[in-house]
Amino acid sequence: MRILSLVMRIIQQLRRDRRTLALFFLAPLLILTLMYFIFGTEASDLKIVVTGSDQTTLAALKQADFQVKAAEEYSRKRMIDTATDGWLHVEHGKMELTLLNDEPARAKAVQMQLMLGLQGHASKLPSIAAQYVYGDEDTKGFDTFSPMLISFFVFFFVFLIAGIALLKERTSGTLERLLATPIKRHEIVAGYVIGYGLFALIQPIIVVLYAVNVLDIVLVGSLWLVLLTNILVALVALSLGTLLSSFATSEFQMVQFIPLVIVPQVFFTGIFPLDAMADWLQKIGKIMPLYYASDAMNGIMYKGFTFSDVFLDLIVLLAFSAVFITINIISLKRYRSL
Amino acid sequence: MKHAIIMEGMVKNFQHKSVIQPLDLAIEKSGIFGLLGPSGCGKTTLIKMIVGLIKPDAGSVTVLDHKVPNEALLMEIGYMAQTDALYTELTAAENLAFFAKLYRLSKRERSERIRYAAEIVGLTSDLKTRIAFYSGGMKRRLSLAIALIQNPEILILDEPTVGIDPVLKRAIWQELERLRDEEHKTILITTHVMDEAERCDKLAMLREGTVIASGTPAALKQQYAVETLDDVFLKIGGSR
Repeated sequence: MRILSLVMRIIQQLRRDRRTLALFFLAPLLILTLMYFIFGTEASDLKIVVTGSDQTTLAALKQADFQVKAAEEYSRKRMIDTATDGWLHVEHGKMELTLLNDEPARAKAVQMQLMLGLQGHASKLPSIAAQYVYGDEDTKGFDTFSPMLISFFVFFFVFLIAGIALLKERTSGTLERLLATPIKRHEIVAGYVIGYGLFALIQPIIVVLYAVNVLDIVLVGSLWLVLLTNILVALVALSLGTLLSSFATSEFQMVQFIPLVIVPQVFFTGIFPLDAMADWLQKIGKIMPLYYASDAMNGIMYKGFTFSDVFLDLIVLLAFSAVFITINIISLKRYRSL
Repeated sequence: MKHAIIMEGMVKNFQHKSVIQPLDLAIEKSGIFGLLGPSGCGKTTLIKMIVGLIKPDAGSVTVLDHKVPNEALLMEIGYMAQTDALYTELTAAENLAFFAKLYRLSKRERSERIRYAAEIVGLTSDLKTRIAFYSGGMKRRLSLAIALIQNPEILILDEPTVGIDPVLKRAIWQELERLRDEEHKTILITTHVMDEAERCDKLAMLREGTVIASGTPAALKQQYAVETLDDVFLKIGGSR
């Protein structure tokens, strides 16, 4: 099995390239951590005041790590004065939430913890209408774009490392030597996708687990779904990286693809509001893999989307990699027609 | 089948620069054929077209009665490129094993061939060393060993002995001659070292993408009435 030989060789090579492995696995964590502190989502000691509540809700909130105070009545002015993050008013099973939102991250955290806290206690999650003292629900914080950051780093590092790896194969002449053996073009591409795919499979797992468990980035949806999404992101990055490496003649030229391919995609990940963009600009966003990745990630981690909600995004990601892989196989024809 | 490799009307241009002009060449079976010529005369391009790595603009190559490109043919061609194409993170044994696997050698054949190929190029004791620690000459030898790994009918070697010391060079030539005599292999090598050219059965001199002279070393010297191949080369190649 030639594909397997190629896969084994790639694993042997990478295992000995400790620095690349470290960059691959640890750099995303480092940057994510940095971002985390810079955007200060240190949303601890959330204060919440509950009016008109029953005991079960109170208990649930206490369990959800809130500093809960029950009050007969409350006001926005008192919220400001005492820097209370949230005020939950319960009446006839309907909940009304007022958020201070002085720091968007805290407001989001209140909402998240509330949702998580109440999940186990109410058979049906009541819809909570939220009002804001400052700003509105569109105020962005680290929590809202951290899901996209996870995908972005997965994309970025897989793209770069897979691209440069295949490039090295090209410039060192080993690709040519490979093509002088009876290996088929699709076997080479498959070997590369699987070989680097294994590493690209591990990386999102580390990044996601770190983001969720260590950085405490909010995760409302399923962890498995987040992993699946990022594995698909890695696959797209892997296939695009190896494809574009055939248009580069040196590592330096490979790095030049970053401003062309990576940076523009960042603009369409939702860090900047997409709705506010011109129509034609939004259409451009739709040809970018990271647009779909962010859409899915934001949905799963922040809004608690399920598999069926993000199914379309995942299919599009899969389609992207299928297209890139196909073009890659065809482009190897330049070297050998078989 | 008298000829192992037959080239007919070969033409290749790179960006409007003619590299191979119409060229015909037939290489007999079981012999050592030398391609001689100054740098940039098209030796490497010609060799790559025989292996099937470059498509000629016109003309055709027939190897062992099969038209190039042909997948099964790749099994019968042992190719050693001018630049060492090795995986530097891997050991020599791992490099050899990888290529052996690509040729689908069984596990037993694989270890036999690795032992044989390493022995020929004198790398047996360095098999477990990573290529990153190899010298230039050692890399060259390993490249040659890889060309031998699947026991091909035809060996195509692009400047195989560059950077190899005289003692080992002699051993390699003795092995090439043994392969020719005992196993009837066809060996095509490029070189610009005249003492190597002297040992070839047949020679073709290439200049600006075309064959300017061919024949046995003795015949060439006689034809041009000179003492050494260097003189032949200077006489036809040097006087531009």
